[in-house]
Amino acid sequence: MIEMENVHKVYDNGVTALSGVTTKIEDGEFVYVVGQSGAGKSSFIKLMYHEEVPSDGKVQINHVDIGSIKKRQVPYLRRSIGVIYQDFKLLPKMTAYENVAFALEVIEENPRKIRRRVMEVLDKVGLKHKARFIPAQLSGGEQQRVAIARAIVNNPKVVIADEPTGNLDPDTSWEIMRIFEEVNDTGTTVIMATHSREIVNTIRKRVIAMENGQVVRDEHRGEYGYED
Amino acid sequence: MKISTLRRHVREGAKNLIRNSWMTVAAVGAVTTTLVLVAAFLILILNLNQVAENIESDAEIRAFLELNTNDEEVESIGNEIEGISQVTSYEFSSKEEELENLIDDLGEEGESWELFEQDNPLNHVFVIQTEDAEDLSPVADQIGQIDKVESVEYGSATVDRLLQFNQYARYIGIGFIAALLLTAIFLISNTIKMTINARSEEIGIMRLVGAKNSFIRGPFFVEGLLTGVIGSIIPVTAVLVGYHFLYVNLNDRLNFEFIELLPWNPFAWQLSLMLLGIGAFIGIWGSVMSVRKFLRI
Ligand SMILES: Nc1ncnc2c1ncn2[C@@H]1O[C@H](COP(=O)(O)OP(=O)(O)O)[C@@H](O)[C@H]1O
Ligand SMILES: [Mg+2]
Repeated sequence: MIEMENVHKVYDNGVTALSGVTTKIEDGEFVYVVGQSGAGKSSFIKLMYHEEVPSDGKVQINHVDIGSIKKRQVPYLRRSIGVIYQDFKLLPKMTAYENVAFALEVIEENPRKIRRRVMEVLDKVGLKHKARFIPAQLSGGEQQRVAIARAIVNNPKVVIADEPTGNLDPDTSWEIMRIFEEVNDTGTTVIMATHSREIVNTIRKRVIAMENGQVVRDEHRGEYGYED
Repeated sequence: MKISTLRRHVREGAKNLIRNSWMTVAAVGAVTTTLVLVAAFLILILNLNQVAENIESDAEIRAFLELNTNDEEVESIGNEIEGISQVTSYEFSSKEEELENLIDDLGEEGESWELFEQDNPLNHVFVIQTEDAEDLSPVADQIGQIDKVESVEYGSATVDRLLQFNQYARYIGIGFIAALLLTAIFLISNTIKMTINARSEEIGIMRLVGAKNSFIRGPFFVEGLLTGVIGSIIPVTAVLVGYHFLYVNLNDRLNFEFIELLPWNPFAWQLSLMLLGIGAFIGIWGSVMSVRKFLRI
C-alpha cells in the first residue's frame, strides 16, 4: 500500500511541483495518473521510488515512511518497484537478454537463477525469439517490452510507468497495455502516468487527475476528463 | 561479497581501463610522476631523519671542571647533574682517563703526549647525555652555573643548525608530498570523470533497479587499484636501481661519522612497498571520487 499525506515538492530552483497531495493506493490496484504537462505527474511518481524526496508531508509504502529511510536502504526499496520510462532507457550496446539480465546481475542474484528468470520474462513479453537483438535492431514497441521485462524480472510488488506509450504508435500502445494488464492480473500494483485519452477511456481503471501539483479528481473506473 | 561479484568488478574495471586507453595513460602518468617525486622526497627526508637520529644519539655535553677540584667536590657536582630532569645518563672521566683516551685516539702522534703523564694539563670531565637534542643547550647552561665547572661544551652551533635545518626540511618535504598526493588524486578523478558520462546511463539504470552504491563503486575501485599499481612500476624500479647506485657511490664519499645513508636493503624495499601502497591509495581514491556525484540520494 502506498500512502501520501499532504505531500509537497519544491525543487531546488524554487519550482513547486506538488502542493498538498494526499492519496492512497492499495495493493494490486491499477491507477492512471493524468494531467497536463507540468501538472506534477512525474514528480508524484518519483517520490514513490525515492528518486525524489518530499519537501514536506509523508510518503509511506507499507507503512514505512520512505522520505526518511536511510540512504543504504534505498536499493532495497527499488528492488520491490519496477520502473518504466517513455524513452525505455535501455543500454544500447547490450542485447535484449543482457539488458534484462543486467537488472538481476547488479543486485547479485545467482547466475543460474538469472538465466532461467530472464528467458521466462522475455517469453512473457513475447520477445524470447529476439533475445539476442540489441535495442537498435528492435522497434519502439519491442524496446518498451524489453524495458517492461527488465522492470518485472525481479517480481516487484509495484510497477510504475511514466508515459510508457508516449513514444509509441496506437497499435503498439495496445500491446503494451495488454502486458500491463497481465502484470496487474498477477496481483502487482500498476501506476501509470499517461497522456492517452483513448487508453484511459477504453481500459477503465482508477484515474487520479492532477493539476498544478494537486489531485483534482480521483475516480474508480474514471475517464480521462479534460481537453489537451 | 560473492565471488561472482568480485569477478564482475574486476572484469568491468579492466574493460574500462582498456576501452578508455588514453584516459588510462593519463591517469597512470599522473600516478607515475607523483610517485617519482614522492620517492625523491622520501629518500631525502628519511635519510635526513636518520642523520638527525645519529646526531641526537651522539649528542653529549662535556663539562670541564676546574683544575683544583677535589674528589668531594666532584661527587657533589655529580649529584647536582643527576638532579637535572632532562639528563638521561652521565659519566665521570678523570683527567688521567682523559689523557689516556687522548693518547689512544691520536695513535703514533699520541706518544709525544705521554710526556705529560707526570704533569697532566687536562681537566676532569663529566660527559652528559640528554633525552632530546633540544635539551642540550638549556642543560649545558644549567651545568655551566655549577660551582667549580670551568666550562661546558657541546656541538652547539653546528648541532643546532643541523637539527633546525632538518626540522624545516621535514616539514617542507611532508608539505610537498601532501600537495603532490592531493594533486594526483584530483588529476586522476578528473581524468576518469571525463569518461564517466558514457557510463552515467549505466549507473543510472543500476541505481534504478536497486544496485547498492558499494556495487556501483566496485569497478571504479578495481580501476583505481590497477591504475595505482601500474603507475608504480616505473617509480619502484627507479628506486630499486637508483638507490643502489646512489648508495654505492655516495656513501663512501660522505665520510662523516654521523652521515650515513640508510642501507639499500631493507630501505629500498620498504620504500618500494610504500610507493606501491601510496599508488594504490591515490588511484583508488581518485577513481572512487569520480563516481561520487552519481551516488547521491
Ligand atoms: N528536477 C527538477 N528540477 C526542477 N524543476 C522540476 C524538476 N522536475 C520537474 N520540475 C518542474 O516541476 C513541475 C512538475 O513537473 P513534472 O512532475 O515533471 O510534471 P509532469 O510529469 O506532469 O509533466 C514542472 O514545472 C517542472 O518544470
Ligand atoms: Mg512527466
